[in-house]
Amino acid sequence: MKTSADCVNNNYMKYVSAVSPRTNEKRSLFRSFWVGGFICCIGQSVRYFFEYVCGLTGDELGAYVSMVMIFLGAILTGFGIYDRIGKYAGGGSIVPITGFANSVVSPAMEFKTEGFVYGVAAKMFIIAGPIIVFGIASGVLVGLIYYIGYRIF
Amino acid sequence: MQIFLMYLKVFAVGGAICTVAQLLINYTKITAARILVLFLLSGVVLQAVGLYQYIVDFAGAGATVPISGFGYLLSKGAIEGAKESLFKALTGGITAAGMGITAAIVFGYLVSLIFKSRSKKN
Amino acid sequence: MRTVYFKNKPKIIATSTIAGPKECSGSIGKFFDTKLDDDMYGETSYEKAESRMLFTAIKNSMIHAKKNETDIDAIISGDLLNQIISSTFSARNFDCAYLGVYNACATFTEALTVGSAFVDGGYLNTVVCAASSHFASAERQYRFPLELGCTRPPQSQWTVTGAGSCVLSLSGNGPHISCATIGKIVDYGVTDANNMGAAMAPASACTLDRFFKDTDSSPGDYDLIVSGDLGTLGSRILKDLIWEKGYDIEKQHVDCGELVYNIAEQEYQGGSGAGCSALVFGSYLYDRLKSGKLKKIVLMATGALLSSVSTQQGESIPGIAHAVLIEV
Repeated sequence: MKTSADCVNNNYMKYVSAVSPRTNEKRSLFRSFWVGGFICCIGQSVRYFFEYVCGLTGDELGAYVSMVMIFLGAILTGFGIYDRIGKYAGGGSIVPITGFANSVVSPAMEFKTEGFVYGVAAKMFIIAGPIIVFGIASGVLVGLIYYIGYRIF
Repeated sequence: MQIFLMYLKVFAVGGAICTVAQLLINYTKITAARILVLFLLSGVVLQAVGLYQYIVDFAGAGATVPISGFGYLLSKGAIEGAKESLFKALTGGITAAGMGITAAIVFGYLVSLIFKSRSKKN
Repeated sequence: MRTVYFKNKPKIIATSTIAGPKECSGSIGKFFDTKLDDDMYGETSYEKAESRMLFTAIKNSMIHAKKNETDIDAIISGDLLNQIISSTFSARNFDCAYLGVYNACATFTEALTVGSAFVDGGYLNTVVCAASSHFASAERQYRFPLELGCTRPPQSQWTVTGAGSCVLSLSGNGPHISCATIGKIVDYGVTDANNMGAAMAPASACTLDRFFKDTDSSPGDYDLIVSGDLGTLGSRILKDLIWEKGYDIEKQHVDCGELVYNIAEQEYQGGSGAGCSALVFGSYLYDRLKSGKLKKIVLMATGALLSSVSTQQGESIPGIAHAVLIEV
């Protein structure tokens, strides 16, 4: 039986990539730069607020900043604003932690029609799941390597 | 003045990290989930070799707000835990990053209770 | 692969279309029968909205044809959702025989071909052929959640929110279907699910080439050669591919996907979806055929036969196209 690999017509693929439109390079980079930078500046403002007004420090400070940013990302997704930002900014809104919140909240809202157990709760991590899996797995790996390292040296 | 300089650094570093993601989108057919994983892992690795801390010290939120900052937290927590015991080496990462995951789940659930996704016109 | 001729000339005696707000504000929006302000259509989910749209289109086409449910021998319809639920769920409202067809965005001409064959052969007297698609339900099945902030690549298309239905019968007046070329699946190895125009163009060129050869005609013999939803990029590729085979369709070719939106609106390559060709044919083209401004058109809907599973497994996208010749 034919597989997808047998179907590949190299001449055609070359032709297609030659005629396919491309993303406007400079514009997309500029947009992702300023939006990404701007979101980080909001994060910095939140940081200053917790640092000087609430007097938090260290890990606690960082944790509260990310909580607030995730909240902002979630609520903007709820109001249907974050996907507009994402359309405009591309990478500039995917990479900040608000983009992580968007990738959790958007499927949760989307699959509400399939119920709260199999819809919202189960589909919540269809996009963000890999981040948590790879994040925790790599964290454990780093911990183990350092643990062994500390015991040997 | 110092605060203004700090904001400049935050803006530049945060923007630069996002621009790298945009370059990946433009040149490879990589999807949003893969980009997030890639940046997270690069945060973990950079902190594991001890580099990301310098970026965080330099740019504050410019380095911690991007998802690579989440990786940095995981890695930092695991390394600190490793100093103490095997148990803390294994749980240190998720303890440090726990707030982020908890916030995402709780806010995600709450928002989905209130809002519905809307169709788009463009 | 060959062309079948319908000697008894099954006629398209009535059509009906329904479309969402975005389509209605497009360049042929004024030709649609039912114009929706809200693409939820008063339902609680997009899937329900899509079935209701298809239901309305079928119902209205029966009313336009002055036929009761009892006069309809079969409904042949399809859509893009898994297990064609929009079609089957809308058909449960009718006390008619039902045939479900699926060829992705080529569903409409597939339904017309199957319907014409039944009517021409004298097995069924009156058949309804319909197809639908919905942007939001297609998006959540094939791509990402609606609220996810991601950029659409420039080669992507926009799924049409709409449905079109037409009633085929031997008795009555209207343009008739004189032949149909049943296409074969052509796959040149395109794997980019956003670039469906490029995936479908080789199949459409293959079908069109066969059609010209079998009917011994040239592009100049037709008023219009209408492709389904190739979009701007796919249309360009089709013109290049068919030119290599010795036909120049530059003057006659239009694409439903290009027609349905104002391209300036940043829809990138234009519309797509099973509803796209059904909507454009049932409204604008049918209107032109009835008024005699068009006399002979080739309608060729094209389909990209992918699923979200095949895309994730890295399979390429097979394309298909079926052409029907519609004459006054």
